[in-house]
Amino acid sequence: MDTLTVSDRDTEAPPKRRGWSQTRIWGTIFLVPYVLVFLFFVVYPVCYGFWLARDPQTYVQLFEDPIFIRSIFNTLFFLLVGVNLKMLVALLLSGFFLHDRIWIRWLSLIFILPWAVPSIPTILSVRFMLNPEWGIVNQLIFKLTAEDGPNWLNDPTLGLTFSVLVHIWKSLPFWTLILLSGRLAISKDMYEAASVDGASSIQQFRFVTWPSMKTLYVTCTLLSMIWTLGDFNSVYLLTGGGPADLTHVLATLGIRYLRLDQVNLSMAAIVSALPLVLPLVYFMMRRLSK
Amino acid sequence: MTTRPLAKIAGEAKLLLIGIPVLLWTLLPIYHLLLFAISPRDAAFSGNLWPEEPTLRNFQIVLNQDHYFLIHFWEQLGNSLIVAVSTGFLTLLIATFAAFAISRLRVEGGRTVMNLALFTYFIPAAFLAVPMYRTMGIYGLLNSKWALILAMVTVASPYAIWVLKQASDKLPYELDEAAVVDGASPLQLFWMVYLPLMKPSLVAVGTYALLLAWNEYLYAFLLLSRDTEITLPVALGNFLAADDSPWELLMTTGLIYALPPAAIYYAFKRYMVSGLTAGAVKS
Repeated sequence: MDTLTVSDRDTEAPPKRRGWSQTRIWGTIFLVPYVLVFLFFVVYPVCYGFWLARDPQTYVQLFEDPIFIRSIFNTLFFLLVGVNLKMLVALLLSGFFLHDRIWIRWLSLIFILPWAVPSIPTILSVRFMLNPEWGIVNQLIFKLTAEDGPNWLNDPTLGLTFSVLVHIWKSLPFWTLILLSGRLAISKDMYEAASVDGASSIQQFRFVTWPSMKTLYVTCTLLSMIWTLGDFNSVYLLTGGGPADLTHVLATLGIRYLRLDQVNLSMAAIVSALPLVLPLVYFMMRRLSK
Repeated sequence: MTTRPLAKIAGEAKLLLIGIPVLLWTLLPIYHLLLFAISPRDAAFSGNLWPEEPTLRNFQIVLNQDHYFLIHFWEQLGNSLIVAVSTGFLTLLIATFAAFAISRLRVEGGRTVMNLALFTYFIPAAFLAVPMYRTMGIYGLLNSKWALILAMVTVASPYAIWVLKQASDKLPYELDEAAVVDGASPLQLFWMVYLPLMKPSLVAVGTYALLLAWNEYLYAFLLLSRDTEITLPVALGNFLAADDSPWELLMTTGLIYALPPAAIYYAFKRYMVSGLTAGAVKS
């Protein structure tokens, strides 16, 4: 695996203490528990998964399934639209939370709530909110206009959009916080120098903030894309993949095939996603193991 | 001279113009959850923004298990707690050992293990769920809490090892050398030098694994199925399957389930923010 070439820094810092064989023995003992976990619960399932998806015919069957094709598009919508929108808002909001006001400090404590609470209750809360008959949204629409509101989650486009919004709601605080810490790391002197030179706030962002934040921003976006690929809850608990299986993403599709007792398809769907995942993973490994 | 205060007011107004929507956006689903929890059954569906007669009756029903959806509430809460605590403890144990071996003892192959773990960390857990489910079946662990605990340890360990390794790389090596000169064995080094110095990171990592396991839905609902074995989030998900689900009770249960992790998060915020978020993404 060429992902192992990532770090050469380990070779510089401290020299190995040769001849101290006790170190070696204890080092091995300390490493064994994780290696066992890795062998039994990562290596074995992964090999087994590939073995289940070994038949080329399965892939033909998979690519002929319109639901699979649809879920690829949905996943890309999540990654390209959802994640970028989220990161952009996070970048802007991190600038907002930079302001030193007592009420903003309080707001930042509240703002982190979606990240701090488990996603199941809040997603179900949104789901009930959007219920066509009893949900509070349509109740209010009826009160105000005397007309029935739309059946929100029964429309594939709206359903997927709300899944993306739920996803953003949940993880926006985390990324805002990360980008905020990035902004805080920028030296105040640079802003002062810029404002002495008469730079407007947009110019300050363009010439001071963005150059310092660029790497962090790109890393965050890629990492968020990887994590979003695995976001099962935002779709499964809100729309359940419906209506008519049109809002599935790759993370929920595997479970759908499992339910239908088509484990080989389930694994094949995941294997087909690897060309999308591995480059992202490789890039992140290069970044993080430095 | 009047332009200055005016500009200041305009600046504050601009901040409020951002702050108020952010507040509403953040609180909406949580407020809705709370609204249901304190509303009597019929009032919950009236579309009011505040119940006419707020009540704690729903909490009473949930805590007394007074509804057939909730017969196992305490047991399921207990299951969640057992799974979370066991995962936290086991992850901490395994990850601390591994990080110590890799970072301080510089064991051969340590770097390979670190990279493999990091690689695992970046593969979305949802992708591993189906093979993990089948594997647990082969190991005969399905429907046992152990299946979920071991799966969660697998998911939590890579990041835990990475964070601990980053933290322990920062400790000065002179400490180890001095201890070794004094005749300390690696085991003594671990207990007397390493663990005390690593305390803040250990708290962060333990909390991370604990919360991860408490919040987990996908693995829990795949690996556990008996009503007496499932964790609370699975029970919440099962509510959905029925048409006559008592929403207000579901929301109340959800609120009770959400409180402990929120409390832990705020209590350990200092560790979570410095220990985890800073480590999560280095530029």
